[in-house]
Amino acid sequence: MIASPKKKPLNYKQWALMKLLIYVVVIIIVILTGVFLDKENIVTNLTDRNAPPSLDHLFGTDWLGRDMFTRTVIGLTLSIGVGLIGAVGSAFIALFLGMTAATMGKWADRLISWLIDLFLSVPHLVTLILIAFTLGGGFKGIVVGVTLTHWPSLARVIRAEVMQIRSAEFVQVSQRLGKPGWWIAVQHILPHIIPQFLIGFMLLFPHVILHEAAVTFIGLGLSPHEPAIGIILSESMKYLSSGMWWLAFFPGLCLLIIVRMFDQIGENLRLLTEATGNRH
Amino acid sequence: MSILKVENLSISFQQYSAGLKQIEHNVISNLNVSIEAGEIVAVVGASGSGKSLLAHAILGILPSNAIISGVITFEGEELTSARQKAVRGKEIALVPQSVNFLDPLMRVGSQVRTSVKKGDAVEAQRAVFKRLRLERVVERMYPFQLSGGMARRVLLSTAMVSGAKVIIADEPTPGLDPVVIKEALDHFREFANQGCAVMLITHDIEAALQIADKIAVFYAGTTVEIARVEDFVGKGEALRHPYTKALWRALPQNDFMPIPGSQPHPSALPSGCLFAPRCSMATSECLQDQPEMRNLRDGIVRCIHAT
Amino acid sequence: MQLDANNIGFHYENGPWLFRGVDLSIEPGEVVGITGPSGRGKTTFCRILASYETAIEGTVTFNNMPLSRKGYHPVQMVLQHPEKAINGRWRIQKILNEGYRPDEELLELLGIEKEWLTRWPHELSGGELQRVCVARALGPNTRFLIADEMTTMLDAITQAQIWHAVTEIAQKREMGIIVVSHESKLVQRLCDRVIEL
Repeated sequence: MIASPKKKPLNYKQWALMKLLIYVVVIIIVILTGVFLDKENIVTNLTDRNAPPSLDHLFGTDWLGRDMFTRTVIGLTLSIGVGLIGAVGSAFIALFLGMTAATMGKWADRLISWLIDLFLSVPHLVTLILIAFTLGGGFKGIVVGVTLTHWPSLARVIRAEVMQIRSAEFVQVSQRLGKPGWWIAVQHILPHIIPQFLIGFMLLFPHVILHEAAVTFIGLGLSPHEPAIGIILSESMKYLSSGMWWLAFFPGLCLLIIVRMFDQIGENLRLLTEATGNRH
Repeated sequence: MSILKVENLSISFQQYSAGLKQIEHNVISNLNVSIEAGEIVAVVGASGSGKSLLAHAILGILPSNAIISGVITFEGEELTSARQKAVRGKEIALVPQSVNFLDPLMRVGSQVRTSVKKGDAVEAQRAVFKRLRLERVVERMYPFQLSGGMARRVLLSTAMVSGAKVIIADEPTPGLDPVVIKEALDHFREFANQGCAVMLITHDIEAALQIADKIAVFYAGTTVEIARVEDFVGKGEALRHPYTKALWRALPQNDFMPIPGSQPHPSALPSGCLFAPRCSMATSECLQDQPEMRNLRDGIVRCIHAT
Repeated sequence: MQLDANNIGFHYENGPWLFRGVDLSIEPGEVVGITGPSGRGKTTFCRILASYETAIEGTVTFNNMPLSRKGYHPVQMVLQHPEKAINGRWRIQKILNEGYRPDEELLELLGIEKEWLTRWPHELSGGELQRVCVARALGPNTRFLIADEMTTMLDAITQAQIWHAVTEIAQKREMGIIVVSHESKLVQRLCDRVIEL
């Protein structure tokens, strides 16, 4: 009848775990390199200006003779840092608002749902630019900006999830067995939310990083003294026409790869936590 | 000649247990059942005995992680996956368990019409609704608007208009009151009288006895006995397999006396006869190999001690 | 220790009356059947008795006192689908001990095996899970048990096993049982009296 599927050396969950670990290790290496790399390489060195990629300078040097590899790695570390603070902040705002909306009654729900709709009706980037601009830009402006703009979709997911579990039969049974509300929240509801929360958090990461880079690129984010990816890219625009392609190519590519890796970590986490039963 | 015949069907699944480990579940093992035109065969067994999967295997709609072996023949020819696709919904139709099998965004009338293969679709759909006593307004409803009983009749009507030669009904009765059950079962009988074959998959032995010609008793993923309906009388003396006898005696209208233990889980099946751990007649021989199906007193049984 | 429902009426928001003026009185140790065609609100009526739902009109009293929604409820309910009545992320042990700690005798009577306790719910069959749900509902403070299509999805042998255990415990503890079932033969076998809804 139907041929049986071939035996694979690893099942898909083991694959997912392996990929996940590889990405995490790569990101840790990038961060460690960014922290421990010799900062001497990015001081102005006019003898080595505008060098194309070579073994000495893997990503080439810019118009001030600064090593682009070092600048890119430090820029990525900075971006990951901003991403981490932004994603953690956003995820906790989402958890708090989502749980509140689902458990604190009709009015809380209406208010929070309205807030979610409001934020979702305007593109992230617009709200983000507004907030960053109002706070005068810089590191503080951008971090507060990304934190305050990225929570709505996760909050909506958590709200729906909590509502569904609250009406589940096993929660109603638990109430009749005399279990208090906080006990049910901790024992029944939280375990169901945590996977959603973690995945949501991981998937917020790439968004936050890209938005940070975008806002910095247009000059409203981090200050020009910081080697942020957004700054590197916007500076390199002036030199692109003179054929110095490496100034934008490598930093841009690295940003893309890092963002994609965070996305993949979230995706593989989802695969791992998926319901165990795929029978019938 | 049997219109549909299932020989030595086995189905297993790889499933993730806690963490990353996979375990194999043998949900159906060495199953044999056949059905003639104009006949109703009821497949009766406990939940988790693999009954629904039998239907899915015949129609070729098992999930992709299922590992299948054995032969299914339809009208004397082997049912390959290409042929399954060709006959599904046309010559072999399924009456599924729940409304979830209907398209939630399509009016039920239109859905039933898509199943009509010959002649005027609208007319055929209205005729079958009338026969099943579904009002005219129902055809303009969406699946979520149907009550449980209406949903069953809509599902049934899709199979009825298709002109199929074999109809497989998966648990058509639970949650319905006796009147509606009686009605649904009568429709199946009518069907069979027109020359169709009906396979009724159910855990409700009583409903099965009302209309079936033969009963195939399922235990832990295999058939342990195929008996005629007339055998289910008295204290079950005419029955062959000890599990069938125990099932019969446990009915509330009989002794209501259970035997101890429970059906083994598909991940931990015993090596010999699947019923041996609960059987009072079991000997060391029973623990060796799974017994083959054998003919006995006009029925078939999978037990070496049955007389 | 009597459970009384007086003149109960219920409808969903903006819906028509599902039922009105339903009375029921049940004594300890009594087994009462509730039958009626589907859609008449048998399940809803039971949910009101067990305080899962609040009646629109009428009262439910236990010992002539209104029932509190807080604390262990003396009227426990076992539902049709055990998979929905348990938290799939808990091990059987935790599910079983949610309300109280059932003793060995009860577990043995219901045929709950020791090795199940460390397993996850999806590793047990429906019949096995239902035994766990029954054990969970039979706490020492349970005075009435509502079995809403408790064994409808189970085979005859498992059905007989569970009912034998439940009736034995009910007799010993003088506990009342309300049986909701479509199967008239089961209701006839079990119940002292039957009411039609």
